[in-house]
Amino acid sequence: MSKEQNTKSEFPGEVHSLPGGDVVLSKLDELINWARANSLWPLTFATSCCGIEMMSTASAKYDFSRFGFEVARATPRQADVIIIAGTIVNKMAPVLKRLYDQMADPKYVIAMGACAISGGPFFYNTYSVVKGADHVIPVDVYVAGCPPRPEALLHSLITLQKKIKSGLTREQIRESKEAI
Amino acid sequence: MYRQTDIIEDNRDTAQGNFVINVGPQHPATHGVLHLVITLNGETIQKIEPHLGYIHRSIEKMCESLSYRQFIYVTSRMDYLSAHINNHACSLCVEKGLQVEIPPRAQVIRVLMDELTRIASHELWWGAMAMDLGAFTPFFHAFRERETINDIMEETCGARLTMNYMVPGGVMHDIHPNFQKRVKDFMQLYKKKINEYDELVTGNVIFQNRMKGVGVISAEDAVSYGCTGPVARGSGVSSDIRKIYPYEIYDKLEFDEVLETGGDSFARYMVRIREMQQSIRIVEQLIDNIPEGDFMTKTKAVLKLPKGEFYSRVETARGELGVYIVSEGATTPYRIKFRSPGFSNLSILDKMVRGGKIGDLIAAMGTLDLVIPDIDR
Repeated sequence: MSKEQNTKSEFPGEVHSLPGGDVVLSKLDELINWARANSLWPLTFATSCCGIEMMSTASAKYDFSRFGFEVARATPRQADVIIIAGTIVNKMAPVLKRLYDQMADPKYVIAMGACAISGGPFFYNTYSVVKGADHVIPVDVYVAGCPPRPEALLHSLITLQKKIKSGLTREQIRESKEAI
Repeated sequence: MYRQTDIIEDNRDTAQGNFVINVGPQHPATHGVLHLVITLNGETIQKIEPHLGYIHRSIEKMCESLSYRQFIYVTSRMDYLSAHINNHACSLCVEKGLQVEIPPRAQVIRVLMDELTRIASHELWWGAMAMDLGAFTPFFHAFRERETINDIMEETCGARLTMNYMVPGGVMHDIHPNFQKRVKDFMQLYKKKINEYDELVTGNVIFQNRMKGVGVISAEDAVSYGCTGPVARGSGVSSDIRKIYPYEIYDKLEFDEVLETGGDSFARYMVRIREMQQSIRIVEQLIDNIPEGDFMTKTKAVLKLPKGEFYSRVETARGELGVYIVSEGATTPYRIKFRSPGFSNLSILDKMVRGGKIGDLIAAMGTLDLVIPDIDR
């Protein structure tokens, strides 16, 4: 199976027709990644304005359930991906770290909006804002915007899926120099 | 936080000792990152202490280093569900200092935007509050209509949520040519849909049983705790800034101040539902009567407020928002203070649910319509 096919949303395997039925051949790793990528449950973690756009993305018009982000879970122990929707301030940073620690592996992080990326509009002249959530926990995908449109959030979720399906580490992605 | 012995005693139903549970900061029903420390005796609430500051972004301090045009953009992120109305309050205060009259077209556009924002905000509250009670369907109904308002806003203002459309002197740019038609289409649609809300939630027996007689606020308490907006009006306290201290063209419009006398969760619910209908009334009066003319008065490129103190207040979807500016005559304010409605409305939470059951807390808190970044700023 070529690597190109690997990044597509198809089932990762080949079907061989044999007398008496079909046989599917696949690698177990790829099969697991495929299953993982299509069933990511987000944690309902919203600190501010981006949370409203996250709710919009969950609503009927955009509906991120179509891509496998089926139900938003309120407890970190049942969630696979944490979407940091909003500003992280100094008082909230330990809470975020704790939530991340409580999530079961494998776990993924999306930084949604300017505040979660870098502090955004609250970068200058504030005494209480963490200048980027990646000071606290590692981030997989960044979404720009203040707040990002629901389409942008959907794009980030699909990007995360591609990342999981490729089965590569962050360093390997950087070295391969190919956009996922 | 609790000792093992407390649980055992409680199980024997002989509990003398209270135990403490934490709700939040990560909890879906707090609508953000509010932290409540609840002292319980069995299921009865003894005390509630709200802990704030999990989203304190030092907006007031930031404003001291931003110019009079710039600081308005930060306030969109304060109460993001009434972003227009926040911008409106700040613009009014700066205009008061500059002693600028804004053209009639800008006034009408501002009021239209305010009322559309109020509808969108109440919509979201309605969906979120039903979700607190365990009903998920209303959320999708509310967002269906809210998306239409977002589209209208996007077309004219360029953003869906944090619009930054109102500036000192008027509005940033003229309305989109499609604006009037789309708003009228939306009003036609919305008047049918609002009945659907009543069928779905308001008349529901389970919903009414969970709402009526729960979380009662007396009129005296509402006044002494500084409650404003639908929370005060649910207790029969007249507090609509649009009626008491009219700004822009509200004194020329026909609309009723919505008052309910129950003081319970259901009264606050009904205030918001009826307020949406009043907002429709206001929009319908104005949408065909937008006067021609400029949408902005000419102001200087660099604004300087004279030395002194300025205060303006508006009615947001949550209550009274006050903006207080102290100026030393420079290009940036010396001090800015926001009197946010959510902070005062939150303060009555302890009084409201003390002695009630823990199961009613979430339903009662849902009707306060708290936006946490508005409280913490």
